[in-house]
Amino acid sequence: MRRPQAAAAVLALGLTLGLAACSDDSGPPVLTWYINPDDGGQEAIAARCTEEAGGEYQIQTSLLPRDASSQREQLARRLAAGDTSIDIMSLDPPFIPEMAAADFLAPVPDNLQSTDDVVQGAVDSATWDDELVTVPFWANTQLLWYRESVAEEAGLDMDQPVTWEQIMDAAAETDTLLGVQGTKAESLTVWINAMIASAGGEIITNPEAPADEVQLDLDSDAGRAAAEIMSRIGTEGLAGPGFPTADENASMNLFAGDSGSFMVNWPFVYPAISGSDPDLIDDIGWTIYPSVDEGTEAAPPVGGINLGVSAFSEHGDLAYDAVECIVQPENQAEYFVTNGNPPSSVSAYDDQAVLDEFPMAETIRESLDQGAPRPQTPYYNEVSIGLQETWHPPGSIDPETTPAESAEFITAVLRDERLL
Amino acid sequence: MTTSASAAEKAAASRRKKRSDRSRSEGRLGWYLAGPAFVIMLLVTLYPILQALWDSLFSLRLTAPDETELIWFRNYQVVLGDPTFWQSLWVTVLITAITVAIELVLGFILAMVMHRAATKLRGIVRTAILVPYGIVTVVSAFAWFYAFDINSGGYINNWFDWLPGITEDLNWFAGQGTSLFVIIASEIWKTTPFISLLLLSGLAQVPGELEEAARVDGATGSQVLRRVILPNMKAAIMVAVLFRALEAFRIFDNVYIMTNGANNTEVLSLLAYNTSIGRLEIGLGSAISVLLFLCVLIIAFIAIKGFKVDLAGTRGER
Repeated sequence: MRRPQAAAAVLALGLTLGLAACSDDSGPPVLTWYINPDDGGQEAIAARCTEEAGGEYQIQTSLLPRDASSQREQLARRLAAGDTSIDIMSLDPPFIPEMAAADFLAPVPDNLQSTDDVVQGAVDSATWDDELVTVPFWANTQLLWYRESVAEEAGLDMDQPVTWEQIMDAAAETDTLLGVQGTKAESLTVWINAMIASAGGEIITNPEAPADEVQLDLDSDAGRAAAEIMSRIGTEGLAGPGFPTADENASMNLFAGDSGSFMVNWPFVYPAISGSDPDLIDDIGWTIYPSVDEGTEAAPPVGGINLGVSAFSEHGDLAYDAVECIVQPENQAEYFVTNGNPPSSVSAYDDQAVLDEFPMAETIRESLDQGAPRPQTPYYNEVSIGLQETWHPPGSIDPETTPAESAEFITAVLRDERLL
Repeated sequence: MTTSASAAEKAAASRRKKRSDRSRSEGRLGWYLAGPAFVIMLLVTLYPILQALWDSLFSLRLTAPDETELIWFRNYQVVLGDPTFWQSLWVTVLITAITVAIELVLGFILAMVMHRAATKLRGIVRTAILVPYGIVTVVSAFAWFYAFDINSGGYINNWFDWLPGITEDLNWFAGQGTSLFVIIASEIWKTTPFISLLLLSGLAQVPGELEEAARVDGATGSQVLRRVILPNMKAAIMVAVLFRALEAFRIFDNVYIMTNGANNTEVLSLLAYNTSIGRLEIGLGSAISVLLFLCVLIIAFIAIKGFKVDLAGTRGER
């Protein structure tokens, strides 16, 4: 065969095979599940549920970017364009109201509406306008991690609830450093929200209001109490020189280093430190997140992932069948053990493998019930970035003026009078 | 006299006509060669520009398409009346001015090194100088970030703690000045090879006999540089400054990776990105993009007018 003929033959074969692949609709419908990056746990669940479906559907995963804001950006852009290739989505809780308000989410069917077996924090974060709009999958919360040797040296009884003031004093006395997230990112909002909620306040008093009617309650005793804590940590250098740029990983590394004392962080730190420094684990304890004042309850941050089904999916019913399979308590327990992400199902915490692997599982469950979600508003992104603009770097916060300035700035942004 | 003058005028007119014929045919050939590319460029660039202009007249949020409203120039009013915009513009201009100035000097030195390097070494020298430009900007931004970031074990503080002002505890990304220093330094490291490459092509065009003649006439090295080399490289310098200034003005990757705009280091492209993509405020973001586009046009205009380069001169017509 001469060269042009050979090339034509190859081209024809390629086209035939390509067209055959395009027209192959004999198999079960393929559901695309957009997942956030993890250690392969969601892919394993997808494979298990595909097998259990017995040919009714197949679940194929597609990876979203690493940070929550970028995940939101990608999904929102695709959904706004009516992209039908999205079926199931792993959604970060604070961005759920925005998607629900924009009618991007298919209604949750009756058989998935029950929340009897779900921790309270996850139920709150899956709800918008008093309605469950997503299905809780896994729930996350921050604990207070401490070095037992430092707590002992500082004379703190860690069996009792502790306050921010106590751990700041302990760090100052023992000349050690606190692991907190002072970087200009979502983690800063997480921290501010937890402190304001613990002090009995709330960032937004009417989260379901339209943008130009949203009322902020930052200029309050609760707002000032939160600002005082951050300001003191920043100005006294209680979190070290890396504080203004410290994220969750940086805090963990600081805590695991020679100067570590106390740290607020998500449970992923436990398997991470166990893996990198097994000897250190014996000196590490955990308890509920610190409260702002003695006598007030802590309001630990709540995070995690809920599952939403796209309103533009061509297989909405099948997608919810798949979601029902994904969120089974045994899948959540397995996911916790293999990937370190805590279940939203209460019964999953009784799983023996969970109890063996995570000695702090009970504390996590308590923390999730006590947790305070971030403001549930379609304008969460504006509120969160507005807080980061005005409360960063934490060392420059003035408790008397920052909360009021912040409220004024965010209100102007929501009214389209200021840029972010 | 009259006859000879008129003959000279006729000859000159005939030369002008010949030149203009040649010029016209060259112009035609130019259009044939560049025309298709020009049309495609218009299609792919004009459409988004017009779309941005149109969108900037609306209050348009991607997650609330039903609330879209024509508000004419209110987005521009909000952007131009906001200190955040002016702060970003100032930072962008500062980065552009400093990087272009330093790169021009450094680039020229490197171009001279490449130009004068011994024949055997020329290849190696050119490759070595061009390596930073071959690295993807995001990758180089991460490399610089990790070198300076104290939370992930950056080594710069340990290496340079003998310099005044640098201590083990210096957090480079916690303040505006130090953050901008790292951003500007990484930008210079990354793009100086580009400017030196453009200047090298200009150096190659300087006729060797002119330099030689100047030296024979007793000109010193700096006189040759100022009177012979630089004036003959004017077009190349203009192109280098213009290209680099436009690129520097659109800086995004380094700032996004290193500070994400913290400590007042936000640049105009990042502001446009955060508004359009982050907040999904397409109307407001488009207004910022249109203003960014206008700034780019102004820079191009200033560079071309400021250098007073007549590109027709290089074709030997005048």
